[in-house]
Amino acid sequence: MAVIGQKKERTTPAISTASLPDVIFILLFFFMVSTTIKEVDYKVIIHLPDATQIKKLENKSLVSYIYIGKPQKALQAKYGTKPVIQLNDQIATLDQIPQYVEAERAKRRQEDVPKMTFSLKVDKETNMGIVTDVKQQLRKVQALKINYSARKPYKK
Amino acid sequence: MARRHHGIPEINAASMADIAFMLLIFFLVTTTMSVDKGITRKLPPPVPPNAQTPKVKERNVLSVLVNKDNQVAIQGELTDLNTLTERVKEFIQNPNDDPNLSEHEFISDLLDREMKKPKPDQNKIKIYKEILDQMGNMPKSKGVVSLQTDRATKYEMYIHVQDAIVKAFNELRDQLARQVYGKPFKDLKEDQQKLIREIYPISLSEAEPRRVTTK
Repeated sequence: MAVIGQKKERTTPAISTASLPDVIFILLFFFMVSTTIKEVDYKVIIHLPDATQIKKLENKSLVSYIYIGKPQKALQAKYGTKPVIQLNDQIATLDQIPQYVEAERAKRRQEDVPKMTFSLKVDKETNMGIVTDVKQQLRKVQALKINYSARKPYKK
Repeated sequence: MARRHHGIPEINAASMADIAFMLLIFFLVTTTMSVDKGITRKLPPPVPPNAQTPKVKERNVLSVLVNKDNQVAIQGELTDLNTLTERVKEFIQNPNDDPNLSEHEFISDLLDREMKKPKPDQNKIKIYKEILDQMGNMPKSKGVVSLQTDRATKYEMYIHVQDAIVKAFNELRDQLARQVYGKPFKDLKEDQQKLIREIYPISLSEAEPRRVTTK
């Protein structure tokens, strides 16, 4: 018994945790730099189409978004299963687009307004009809710079 | 000697890790890694109700149709997307001056015409002169790709067609960039890119989709 008791005292020394904050900080900085905080809560389901000739959207502060897709499962009772438009945090109708464009323009400085881009995030299963209606509304209010949001194709 | 020990006590850094952890978890939760990417296009300005549509010769229009079953047709013939890119390139370049493909105008003629206008556009004149300086008298196509979709066409197909057409123009630009400057288009300086964009503008006209009878 006494022999076993003596052996027990020779445990491995504790690992020093002094460098743990440094490791965590490195991770933290990585996430801080690479992060973009989500713009809105999606009320619609969007799976973007893929395309090869895509460019990065520059100047995020000058981009406004229009989402088109089927409503989320929880909202389907209220809005049905047909594709709908989402502006900001709400599901909207076609004739609210000019209003939305004006509101977005009012948020920017006067000289930045011509540089504004409207990014269309559209679900790939949507029919062209509603997309065209949105485009016609944008043309009406002279919001002509648009961007069709797409992903890089997954390479096998 | 004894006084030395009365200096500022060392700050305990043990809780540093906890603070950093909290921040880390916050950023982990709010982060979305995706970068916004897409195809940037310019919509045509609204047309005044009584304006006349400009006349374009039939040979200068390449009509691309996408029907409700997501099939693509060029000038009425069914094709696939890879052929579409090749056909657009061929149509715009028209190296053998085929009378069924687009017409060309030389930059020097465009320059002359701009100078004779009552209000010449100084910007354009400058660009034309730079092109003549750097690349010689290049031909510029008068061709327009006309894209018509059905209201029931899938958005995914529409993006793939757009992608195929934009790809054709990007390949033409790249080809010219390598020929003139020996570099791919994306490595050129901004003002060099401007000249190449002037020769190969993305001339894509989108007709409004036709209304279809209910399914």
